[in-house]
Amino acid sequence: MEAILWFGWFRADIIVEYAMLFWHGLQMTVTVTVICIVQGTALGLAIGLARLAEARHAPARQLCQYALRWPSTIYVSFFRGTPLFVQILLIHFAVLPLFINPSDGLLVSGELARNLKQNYGAFLSGVLALTLNAGAYISEIFRAGIQSIDRGQIEASRSLGLSFSRTMYHVVLPQAFRRMLPPLGNNAIALLKDSSLISAIGLAELAYAARTVAGAYSRYWEPYLTISLMYWLMTLGLAYGIKKLEARYGRGDTR
Amino acid sequence: MDEVIRVKGLTKQFGELAVLRGIDCAIAASEVVCVIGPSGSGKSTFLRCLNGLEEASGGTVHVRGVSVHDQHTDVDALRSEIGMVFQRFNLFPHKTVLDNIALAPMTVRGLARDAAHERARQLLQKVGLSDKIDAYPNQLSGGQQQRVAIARALAMQPQIMLFDEPTSALDPEMVGEVLGVMQTLAEEGMTMVVVTHEMGFARQVADRVLFLDEGLVVEEGSPADLFDRPREERTRRFLSNVL
Repeated sequence: MEAILWFGWFRADIIVEYAMLFWHGLQMTVTVTVICIVQGTALGLAIGLARLAEARHAPARQLCQYALRWPSTIYVSFFRGTPLFVQILLIHFAVLPLFINPSDGLLVSGELARNLKQNYGAFLSGVLALTLNAGAYISEIFRAGIQSIDRGQIEASRSLGLSFSRTMYHVVLPQAFRRMLPPLGNNAIALLKDSSLISAIGLAELAYAARTVAGAYSRYWEPYLTISLMYWLMTLGLAYGIKKLEARYGRGDTR
Repeated sequence: MDEVIRVKGLTKQFGELAVLRGIDCAIAASEVVCVIGPSGSGKSTFLRCLNGLEEASGGTVHVRGVSVHDQHTDVDALRSEIGMVFQRFNLFPHKTVLDNIALAPMTVRGLARDAAHERARQLLQKVGLSDKIDAYPNQLSGGQQQRVAIARALAMQPQIMLFDEPTSALDPEMVGEVLGVMQTLAEEGMTMVVVTHEMGFARQVADRVLFLDEGLVVEEGSPADLFDRPREERTRRFLSNVL
């Protein structure tokens, strides 16, 4: 009886009808999220290191300040200080056409640009915006993680003759990484959810699929509740994975 | 005598604060030099200038003929010849004892894993910790950690060992085991510069003692001379406070 009532109110048939749309949306959401986590982490590491770059002697000293620290600081400040939604719109409608434009693209022009923009424009802009945004946040996680490592660790490593980069690789980053896992996990979860914003420029991911279904039937509970559940399950899965990683890399930690 | 360290007019300024105000000294091969003095006298800064962990504000330091603070010096190569032991041990907490010791020989010297592990085993035997080979640093006592730190420095087969108050962070009952290892090293002919508050160790093991105060070498001499017949009033006052 209850089941019938439930299904009477919740039109599951709509979800079934559009199952493939949700499925493809889910795939797109996962694809975008994974790409942006990987790229954002790499970018975040680079920017985080750039913000910490220091050298003792000229001209490397000035180079670090003007070519690395200043630009990276401005970059982080901009991408953390403006809404991601605005960044997505800016990149899609203003930046991308500069580079990929049928008439005079800096990177690609002509017929190829037309096709590229039509078929992959939203994807490219969305991934670019989300990566740049994630890179800014992740760079702060890296910076804080690296700075939290005791100076004595670096001194011990350098006194053994390890270069700066070897010290980073063998001593600092492995320890920092462990401390960075919880905030990195939070960031991955935020990224997964923020990917829904890309639907605004027409990328066919989960939120877009829900909007399409909602538009077709003027029904809102079914599609949005469905994707909410899907997002929720994915974030739960991510949180579980992060917890496993933390347990695995917790060796030798002072407890 | 074969001179390995030559310091000339070394100064170090931290902002307004002059920590070292012109230090001259020469240290010969196989010599054991203990540096004593009140806290804030610049002992640790002096030691850290010897391997370039601290940048000099003025003056020169030459280690085996190489200018430490010259910007064209390969400081990594230089440091690989100078072992250093820290007050707070500074073992790598994410690595086992074995990996702590084998890391630098493998990465800096390019030693094969087996050879590096074999060397680590020998050194652990030397410092009496063969049974701790697979332990993580946080599973060891302070004295054990410091002995591992000594083994880690020795794994690079350095020409010189620097000790920065190696027993100051230890519980009293663990001081002896660390000093014992250091004494063995000294007897084997290692060149050592030891910043310490252990006057007994300085008297017994040092060839020469430097007394630093306010960034200057106030007095230096053999332990017998410096401890028993100090010439300077400042030295006498310091010794009467610590002995």
